[in-house]
Amino acid sequence: MTAVVAEHDDHHDHHDHGPEKGVLRWIFTTNHKDIGTLYLVFGLAMFFVGGAMALVIRSELFEPGLQFVDPNFFNSMTTMHALVMVFGAVMPAFVGLANWMIPMMIGAPDMALPRMNNMSFWMLVAGVLLLASTLFMEGGAPSGGWTFYPPLVFQNGKSFPFAIFSVHLLGISSIMGAINVIATIFNMRAPGMTLMKMPLFVWTWLITAFLLIAIMPVFAGAVTMLLTDKFFDTSFFDAAGGGDPVLYQHIFWFFGHPEVYVMILPTFGVASTIIPVFARKPLFGYASMVYATGAIAFLSFIVWAHHMFTVGMPVAGELYFMYATMLIAIPTGVKVFNWTATMWKGSMTFETPMLFSIAFVVLFTMGGFTGLMMSVAPVDFQYHDTYFIVAHFHYTLVPASIFILMAAGYFWLPKWTGNMYNEKIGRLHFWLSAVSVNILFFPQHFLGLAGMPRRIPDYAIQFADWNMVSSIGAFIYGFSQLLFVYIVIDTIRGGTGEKVSDEVWEDASKHSLEWTVPSPAPYHTFSTPPARIPTEHF
Amino acid sequence: MSTHDSYYIPHKAVWPVLATGGLMMTLAGFANHLNGSSIGSGMMLTGFVIFLVMLGLWFALQSTESESGMYNHGVGISYRMGMMWFIFSEVMFFAVFFGALWYTRNLSVAWLGETGFPSGPGRSTHDTLWPAFQSVWPTNGPGKVGGDFEPMGAFGLPFLNTLLLLSSGVTCTWAHHGLLAKNRDQLIKGLIATVGLGFLFVGFQATEYYEAYHEMGLTLGSGIYGSTFFMLTGFHGFHVCVGAIILSVVLFRSWKGHFTPENHFAFEAAAWYWHFVDVVWLGLFVFVYMM
Repeated sequence: MTAVVAEHDDHHDHHDHGPEKGVLRWIFTTNHKDIGTLYLVFGLAMFFVGGAMALVIRSELFEPGLQFVDPNFFNSMTTMHALVMVFGAVMPAFVGLANWMIPMMIGAPDMALPRMNNMSFWMLVAGVLLLASTLFMEGGAPSGGWTFYPPLVFQNGKSFPFAIFSVHLLGISSIMGAINVIATIFNMRAPGMTLMKMPLFVWTWLITAFLLIAIMPVFAGAVTMLLTDKFFDTSFFDAAGGGDPVLYQHIFWFFGHPEVYVMILPTFGVASTIIPVFARKPLFGYASMVYATGAIAFLSFIVWAHHMFTVGMPVAGELYFMYATMLIAIPTGVKVFNWTATMWKGSMTFETPMLFSIAFVVLFTMGGFTGLMMSVAPVDFQYHDTYFIVAHFHYTLVPASIFILMAAGYFWLPKWTGNMYNEKIGRLHFWLSAVSVNILFFPQHFLGLAGMPRRIPDYAIQFADWNMVSSIGAFIYGFSQLLFVYIVIDTIRGGTGEKVSDEVWEDASKHSLEWTVPSPAPYHTFSTPPARIPTEHF
Repeated sequence: MSTHDSYYIPHKAVWPVLATGGLMMTLAGFANHLNGSSIGSGMMLTGFVIFLVMLGLWFALQSTESESGMYNHGVGISYRMGMMWFIFSEVMFFAVFFGALWYTRNLSVAWLGETGFPSGPGRSTHDTLWPAFQSVWPTNGPGKVGGDFEPMGAFGLPFLNTLLLLSSGVTCTWAHHGLLAKNRDQLIKGLIATVGLGFLFVGFQATEYYEAYHEMGLTLGSGIYGSTFFMLTGFHGFHVCVGAIILSVVLFRSWKGHFTPENHFAFEAAAWYWHFVDVVWLGLFVFVYMM
């Protein structure tokens, strides 16, 4: 990769002009920072859409009996909540971070394929629009669960083909985004930025991108078979024709298990970026972090059927998937150990990003432990499809992925805007979130162990108390997230009024390149590659 | 090689977002059509035309920029990586359908016929629903879905198609050698042969499908055999068409005098894609037709 960047434009000859004026800037943009912003804003908006759906669910479950919504709409809400949160909120938010940060962290002028970058964002919008349109259709939005299991999924009304094509568009978007990340990381690194000098966020995204390219076509293939089974007489999932509905579950989870790691690996990357800065120490065990990420990614492809222990598999299959799943605890344990060791004897301070990151380490570990419990096949026969699994994966997604996305927002907002956020409100946001998220999800472990099934709008009377507690937690958690919106808007408009330095956080420039450019980061950064590569993480 | 020693970063992209709109309209139209709405097919067609036109304008812009020397070596590497990983995603897409074929042939059909080991979930289905069903391949299942059919043999048109596609791989490489040796004549002749063989393949496949539907009773609805047969060979045939269209564009550009031995990403991408389609066919020939 060469030193100088040429920028070609019909009207301007000079090299460092800023963004265009008006709304067209955002539609036609190829700038990685603009596209990153689009992704982040879109992800945040969808976080509230998906959150509103979750609050519909928790309102209905506040008391036993049917009170607010009809059961089919309830089922649509559980299905759409999952799809919107996974494909509309968490994944786009991490792609937004990737767009903003990867070029700046590796000293590149932009993403490698800027036009395709624009297209992947708009494909995402197109996919989510198709999905959202189903809410207004005859028969309602998809209600058979986000996993689209046949034959239940065929009962969806007019929404069925729209949901399928929405998955296709979202898949195209993710694949193009992932290809861009890989080409950028392999081809655009500044001289001296060897692979093992890359910040861990870049590493985790590189591995995530490989996962995405491998799994999104698999999901596309699975839903294509659903489409042809429903409309074109094929028999993939119909035993009468020699097919098998269990085949769908195998294909889906071959996609689905790596998919959940797509949401957690960049989370690990951000945590590994933030914790060393506030512990004022290099990241402990950099190389082992890289290898552990690779190991988790590899294992994610060979454990899928642990989602299907109760479907009726040969015993040999149950045993294999049980032991393979347990192996994941090893590299994950390495990571938790490394984050803890990074903080050990560090001169720690507890600004909002660090608070969220520490809460992530603790609460994600809990989600990990319940995962380990469910990896035991005979035990899983009791946990399967109960609120225990709901508690498990929400612990790995909300106080993990979502908390870390919030942490990333606080961590990099000063770099993006040049202004400091309000630390007091930030900490208030953190404490409200950290307490309420546990009120929300911890009781769900009890409910699940006692046998309350998931995806049901009504329940037996003995589950009433903990459901009420959980719903109260949900409303506190949901509404406290509005503080984050307030802080983001406030920071963009000037924040505390304090002008932040280039490195924002003490000695941050020793950790990563983005802290060496001005705050706010100029429209184009690293048009010439940096002279020095930070080596603090060794 | 580019005269600009720098990485080209475009300032604005008009075509990608419009192409996305076209694709979205296509799929929304298709979904409406499947739901029985009368506006569906018109919407789908309009959307698809928009999609193709926008892609065409986008690629034309890329080709102009490339020929005017705006791309340096680094840009070329990014494009090549993009193509490489795109092809990998396609490999995974085909892998799903090969996987479905493997699973149904070796596990689920065997279980339905109570011959599978280790015993699987289809066992009780066999006992309670279809105790007389014997596991065989090809099959349209215990329900005889789609009625009697005759399976497609390997050594008629399919074998001829194998020869055609393998030869087209050779002519494609011959054209590449011509390009590298600055022999424009060889480049163009090689590409014409490749494109011709490609479309001939598609023609024979259409004939094969016609025979299957009209003489053998073999349709997409012929149980799991019909499903896997037509979905695998159908998606492959679609990819051959796309590959042949890409090669036709490359042929047109070669005829216009584009490409140099150093700068010919479009040719390489088309050739890689063509070889990928070729390899998938070999997999199909072995696992779908012969076994």
